[in-house]
Amino acid sequence: MSATALKVRVKLRARHPLVAYAFRRTAIAVLLIALVSLIVFAATEVLPGNAADQILGRGATAAQKAQLTRQLGLDRPLLAQYGSWIFGVLHGDFGQSLASGEPVSTFIAGRLGNSLILAIGALIVMIPISVVLGTLSGVRRGRPVDHAVSGVSLALIALPEFVSGTILAVVFGVTLAVLPPTSIIPVGSSPLTDPKILILPILTLCFAGSAYIIRMLRAGVVEAMASEYVQAARLNGVPEGRVVRRHALRNALAPTVQVVALTLQWLVGGIVVTETVFAYPGLGQGLVQAVTARDIPVVQGITVLLASFYILVNLAADMTVIILVPKLRTEL
Amino acid sequence: MIAASQPRLRRNSQTLTSSWPTRISLVVVVLLLLLVIFGPLLTPHSPTAELGPPFARPSSAFPLGTDYAGEDVLSRVLVGGRSVILIGGIATVIGYLIGGVIGLVAGYQRGLTDSILMRGMDALLAFPPIIFLLLLATGFGNSLTALTLGIALIHVPGVARIVRTAALETSVRGYVEAALARGDRVRVILRREILPNIWGPIVADGGPRFTVSILLVAAVNFLGLGIAPPNADWALMISENRSGLTLNPLSVLVPAFMIAALTVSLNLLADQIARAHGSSVDVQAMRR
Repeated sequence: MSATALKVRVKLRARHPLVAYAFRRTAIAVLLIALVSLIVFAATEVLPGNAADQILGRGATAAQKAQLTRQLGLDRPLLAQYGSWIFGVLHGDFGQSLASGEPVSTFIAGRLGNSLILAIGALIVMIPISVVLGTLSGVRRGRPVDHAVSGVSLALIALPEFVSGTILAVVFGVTLAVLPPTSIIPVGSSPLTDPKILILPILTLCFAGSAYIIRMLRAGVVEAMASEYVQAARLNGVPEGRVVRRHALRNALAPTVQVVALTLQWLVGGIVVTETVFAYPGLGQGLVQAVTARDIPVVQGITVLLASFYILVNLAADMTVIILVPKLRTEL
Repeated sequence: MIAASQPRLRRNSQTLTSSWPTRISLVVVVLLLLLVIFGPLLTPHSPTAELGPPFARPSSAFPLGTDYAGEDVLSRVLVGGRSVILIGGIATVIGYLIGGVIGLVAGYQRGLTDSILMRGMDALLAFPPIIFLLLLATGFGNSLTALTLGIALIHVPGVARIVRTAALETSVRGYVEAALARGDRVRVILRREILPNIWGPIVADGGPRFTVSILLVAAVNFLGLGIAPPNADWALMISENRSGLTLNPLSVLVPAFMIAALTVSLNLLADQIARAHGSSVDVQAMRR
């Protein structure tokens, strides 16, 4: 065997644990999504309240009900129903809305963009502010700045989005009347044509979201600033600003990835409430409407989508961290 | 041992009441709990009776005005905190019971039982909490039982994890081996030897969990999928009176203020208790 071939083999074997880890984690994520789809289906279909009742309303006769039940395939075994549903989902067919009759995929596609605009807008405002305040608070630990930032963020974290959103709507929408108190947009048009309606929902998301990032970042910076490598850099006479930027923040990379992931996961729940507060036509508000109307296919489609996103964010964060921080690979 | 543990206890109680925000939040929490207990006795009118025109401004008969259905806002505020605190409290306790049992069994039995139980917990964690609750609302309708159990289930993985870790640590200590040597049964060992020794982390974790439960109940109520009208609830009042914001702003602002005072002060207090136990549990990490 030549030396180069041996080298390649050694290299492959050295990389093997990471690849194996990636495979294992991806497999677990796929399994989890399958399990989630099963739970979603079971929770909406098995439990009381047949879809036929929903469509026909209270006045329907037993014969009508039986006929529609047969038509919808609700008399088949549950596993068979799940099978045909999941087969459709894998081909992009989520069924049809019971309320409007339009395909669920069309319903989702129309609202997904609106939710993404809201979420991305919130992240763009949230992240720079939180990084600055979190770092400042961590570096100036125990000083007045830290007390103010920590205290306010601890309070904001427990403030429900519907309370902060309502108060913002009252102050800026009604009392000062400078911004629209609701974010209703005509069907088919983009929220970007009237960006003013985005300001209050984005602010609402930022209230709780940035408080969260600030707290996590502060804890990370406090830990890093107390570490030996920061002490060593200081003793070597490295200027304080450089110590913070070069040594403390760089080593907080892994926790930062986790913070971003957790923020994305939090946003999934955050948009549901915030969109409802402002009647903003996104996925979250669509889900709440569908649940209220018990429009089961729409609920199934949106929940499977949001839960899958949630799981994939987790997977991506774990993979990024393991690639960024070689130290953690020893635990694989 | 006693001499060493006493100063620590004193330090804990000092930190608990030494800062002003904590003292204020303690007072607010106590006042709100008293309000929830005695509020229903103080209502000037029936909280669910149509007494006047909708969204009337405050008057001597209705100090906070009326709401969308002409009901007395003050009476509704006085009884409107019950459901959130009760459902939140019961859900947290149930979550602890189920999670505690699973964690104890997993940590004590180890091996296959442990991995099966903990993988099951991972599956539960795959749902964003509010989405999970909306799913239950679709299946069960506006069922408060389903809401309570749903919130309890959301806490189960976190509680199980803490209890399992603590049980793993304690089960290798001398007193458990001594009990095993005595021939005590597993159930007795879990209850008498392990549970008392892992109480600390459970207490530290309890405050933030209660806050999370309240936030979740309130969110579901606000979305109109929890407690149903005409029942009075702070969160529900905010959404049902939203259309009358310009006519009688108090019908929205007073309930909003009540719920904010409750969750914020409870969180400040919980943070202080967790710190006194040397823990750093975070509400937001549980809210996800």
